[in-house]
Amino acid sequence: MSIRSPIAAALTLSLAALSGPTVAQAPQTPAPYTVISGEGRRPLASRVFTGQEMFAVEDLARVFNLSVKEDTIAGGLTITVRGQSILLSPNQEIASVAGRLISLPAPPAREGRAWFVPVDFVSRALAPVAGTRIELRKPSRLILVGDIRMPRVAGRIEPLGALARLTFDVAPSTRYAVAQEGNRLVLRFEADALDASLPTTAVPDLITAVRPEGAAAIAIELGAQFASFRASDLPGDRGGVRIIIEVVAKTTDPATAPPATPPAEAPPLLDIVPPGTLRTIVLDPGHGGGDEGARGPSGTSEKSVTLAVTSRLKAALEGRLGVRVILTRDGDSAVGLDERAAVANNNKADLFISLHANASVRPSVQGAEVFYLSLEEYGDEAQRAANAPHATLPVFGGGARDIEVVPWSMAQAGHIERSGTFARTLEAALRARVTMSPRAIMQAPFRVLVGANMPAILLEMGFMTNPAQEQQLGSDAYQNEIVQSIVDAVIQFRDRRGPAAEAPAGGTR
Amino acid sequence: MTRRTILSIGAFVLTAAALWWLLFVMVPRWYRGDPPPSAAAGSTASGEGAQRKITATLFYISEDGMSLVPVQREVAFAEPAVEQARQIVAAQIALPGPPLASAIPEGTTLRALFLSERGDAFVDLSGEVTARHTGGALDELFTVYAIVNSLTVTLPAITRVQILIDGKEVDTLAGHVDLRNPLSKNLTWVTSDKPS
Repeated sequence: MSIRSPIAAALTLSLAALSGPTVAQAPQTPAPYTVISGEGRRPLASRVFTGQEMFAVEDLARVFNLSVKEDTIAGGLTITVRGQSILLSPNQEIASVAGRLISLPAPPAREGRAWFVPVDFVSRALAPVAGTRIELRKPSRLILVGDIRMPRVAGRIEPLGALARLTFDVAPSTRYAVAQEGNRLVLRFEADALDASLPTTAVPDLITAVRPEGAAAIAIELGAQFASFRASDLPGDRGGVRIIIEVVAKTTDPATAPPATPPAEAPPLLDIVPPGTLRTIVLDPGHGGGDEGARGPSGTSEKSVTLAVTSRLKAALEGRLGVRVILTRDGDSAVGLDERAAVANNNKADLFISLHANASVRPSVQGAEVFYLSLEEYGDEAQRAANAPHATLPVFGGGARDIEVVPWSMAQAGHIERSGTFARTLEAALRARVTMSPRAIMQAPFRVLVGANMPAILLEMGFMTNPAQEQQLGSDAYQNEIVQSIVDAVIQFRDRRGPAAEAPAGGTR
Repeated sequence: MTRRTILSIGAFVLTAAALWWLLFVMVPRWYRGDPPPSAAAGSTASGEGAQRKITATLFYISEDGMSLVPVQREVAFAEPAVEQARQIVAAQIALPGPPLASAIPEGTTLRALFLSERGDAFVDLSGEVTARHTGGALDELFTVYAIVNSLTVTLPAITRVQILIDGKEVDTLAGHVDLRNPLSKNLTWVTSDKPS
C-alpha cells in the first residue's frame, strides 16, 4: 500500500513553489500516484511544472484507455473517451468536456511533443465522461477506478490512565470485525483496500504500535500490561462510522480487577443516540494558582486533583459524546469565580460542571456530594429572576423578538429545576460506583453557580481530609470511576432533555 | 423640553425616596419604640447589673461532621443590641471543649460588628477565618451559618448577617459560599440531636 502523508505532499509542492524560477523550470518528479482498479494497482508518475503537479497525457491514455489526437493546425489536443471528447488548448485553463466547459488550476504544459495536464484533470475532465467511477484522492495520492471499496480510515490514540482508547473514523461506513490474535488485535474491514492514516504514537505497555495489515486490515500490537479490550461503534459524520476500541490494562490490585469480559458483555460505553441536543459542556476545575483549595494530610492539593479529573473527563466526554468541552482553566492558574461562570455563558454551554474535593474538621468524614444552587439566600431578586418577565423588542428589518430580562448575576435562577435534575442523575450515577456522603445531594448558595446561564452543578468528589480518600482521589482508578459516573449522568441527562424539552433560557441567548 | 423632563423625573425620584424612608424606616421605628427591642428579645435575663446573662444558641460541627448542632450557652448581657451581638459572636468564635468542634477556624477574631437600621448585622472577622479554613464546601457552609444562625436565632431583631473579612466585603470565605449579600437564618445544616 502506498500511503504518503498529506504533509509530505504539501511539503513537496511548497518546496517546488519556493525553490525559485530556475529550479522550478526543471521538471521534478514527486512520488507517483497509485491507480487502484479491479485489475490491481499501477503507479502513475507525476511531475511538477512551475509549482503545479501534472500527469503526462501519454500516461493517462495508457492507464485509462484514451485516444489522443493533436490538432497541428489549431494547436490543440483532442482526447476521446468512450466516444466523448475532451478538448485542450495550449495556454488555456479552460477545457471542453463533452461540450461543457470546465476549468483547470493551470493550463496544460508541453515538453517537446509531450503534453502534461494538472492532476485535477482526472477528477474534473476525465471522471465526468469515463462511464465508471474515477476518484482522485490527492492527500493519499490515490486514484480509484471502478467499484473499489476503499474506505478512508483516520485513527487516533488516547491514553486514559488504566486504559487506552483507539478511535477510527471510517468513511464511508464499512463492515468490520475486531479479533484478538495472540498479542495483537486485528481490525478487519470488508473492503478491497484501506486509505488509512494511522496514529504513530504508542501507549507504553499497552499499545506498542498500530500498523496496516494486508490489504484491508489494521493490526494493533499489544503491550505487556494488556488485560482485555472492548469494541463499539457509533454513526460518524457524513455516513461514516466511528469505531472505538478500548484496551484495558491489568489492575495492580487483584481484588478490584475487573473480569476480562468478552466484548459482548461489556457495559455499553457508547450510546447510539444521534448527538445534537447537548453541544457544549464547560468543566470547571476548582481553585488553582495561589488558591490551593483543600489539602490532604499527605499534602495532596485540591487544585491538582480537580485539574487531573477534569482533563480525563474532557477526553472522555469528547471521545464518547462528540460534544465540545471547554475548561475554565487548563493549567495551574488563578481564575475568578465570576470568570468561570462567564466562560460557560460566553461559550453558550449547555451544562456547567464544577469539580471540587472536600475537607472537614472531622477526618473520618468521607464520600462524594453533589450541590446545586439554592435561591432562598438570594431573596426577592432571585424570585424575580426565576419568573423573569418577557419583553418584546423590535428587531432590525421588522418583526419582534421575545426575550427574558435576567441580570447576569442571577442567571442560574432560570435553570434551577434542570440543575436539580442533573444533580439527582449524577448522584445516582456516582452512587453506583463510589462512596457517597450521608448528605449526598444539597442545595447551597455557591458563588460559582449563581451566574451560570445553564444547568450547573458543583461536585465534591470526596474528602481530602480523610487519609484513605486522599489516596483514592489521587489514584487513576478512583478518578476513572468519577469520570465514568459523570459521563453516564451526562448521557442520561442529554437523552432525557431532547430538543422539545429544552426550556427557554434566561438572558438574551 | 428635555430639561423639564429630567427635572420632573428627579422630583419624582426624590418624592418616592422620601416616602419609602417614611414608610419603611420611620414608621416601624415609631411603632416599635426606640431603641429596638433586640437586646431583650429571644433571650432570658438571669439576674441584674453586671451579673446579668442571656442564653445564647451557638452552633458547632456534629461528631459525624455532617451538620451543625445547636448548643445553649450563657453569654454576658450587654446593651445596646450591637454590644450584645458582639458578645454572641465572640462566644461563637471561642474554641469549645471536645467533643464539640468549632466551625470557625482557630485564631479567628472579631474585628468589628455593626447593626443597620434594617436589622442587618455586619460581622467583620480577621483573615484567619479564610487562611486557616479547611477549604471544604460543607465546612464553609458551617462557618458561615454558625455565625449567621447564632445571631439570628438568639437575637430575632437581627434578620440578616453579612460577613466581612479584614473590613472588606468578600466574594467567599474559601471559594464556595456566596457572601456578597447578607444571609438570613437557615437551619438546613442544623440537626436537632444535641450532644450532652
